[in-house]
Amino acid sequence: MLNATLIALLVVMSLALARAIKGPSIHDRILAVNMFGTKTVLLIAVICFTFGKPEFLDIALVYALINFVSVIGVLRYFEFRSRHQDGTQNGTGEVASD
Amino acid sequence: MIDVLLSYTSGLLLFLGCFFMLTGAIGLLRFPDFYSRMHAAGVTDTLATVLILSGLMLMAGWSLALFKLALIMLFIFFTSPTASHALARSAQLCALRLTHAPVDNGPADVSRPTAETSTPASRMEAAEGS
Repeated sequence: MLNATLIALLVVMSLALARAIKGPSIHDRILAVNMFGTKTVLLIAVICFTFGKPEFLDIALVYALINFVSVIGVLRYFEFRSRHQDGTQNGTGEVASD
Repeated sequence: MIDVLLSYTSGLLLFLGCFFMLTGAIGLLRFPDFYSRMHAAGVTDTLATVLILSGLMLMAGWSLALFKLALIMLFIFFTSPTASHALARSAQLCALRLTHAPVDNGPADVSRPTAETSTPASRMEAAEGS
């Protein structure tokens, strides 16, 4: 069952990667990358049980932390960039209020 | 006896996790809209993670690996809805700016010439009246 889970995880990661390459907007790509990172955490945990090495779980834990922080950071970046572009198109009053 | 039961339960949990994960991935790839895609990914992500990690926890037994798996599961259980909510909020902000900007500019551009054409007419009427 562990090998089947491993294969299913690889299939799901390839599908998420296809959406990340194909996605029309930037939010589709961020969503697919978030899903890819979560599945990577699961993949590391399953590989740890397949190889019988429990030290890999620390890597999975650290990868979960890094994935969450990077997704929030990239979202912040694009949110502020879109606000800045919108403020420069409409005028300077809203940018000063924001 | 209890080992066989634990093994079957672990296999069942792993199978359910794989099923939900594949469903979410196919929905992520095939749904037409961004918000429906986010529904497919965000709903199944937490459930599949919890199921697979529960299966691995049953496989691990009482050890340090169980504690680490519980820590990963707790962390993902809190951060995955948070990331999904932040993504939806950011998409709504950007999409609202994009859809409301022409709507706000449209009536302003329509109302400005009518206001400019109405004010000279009213001024002419006022001048003719006086």
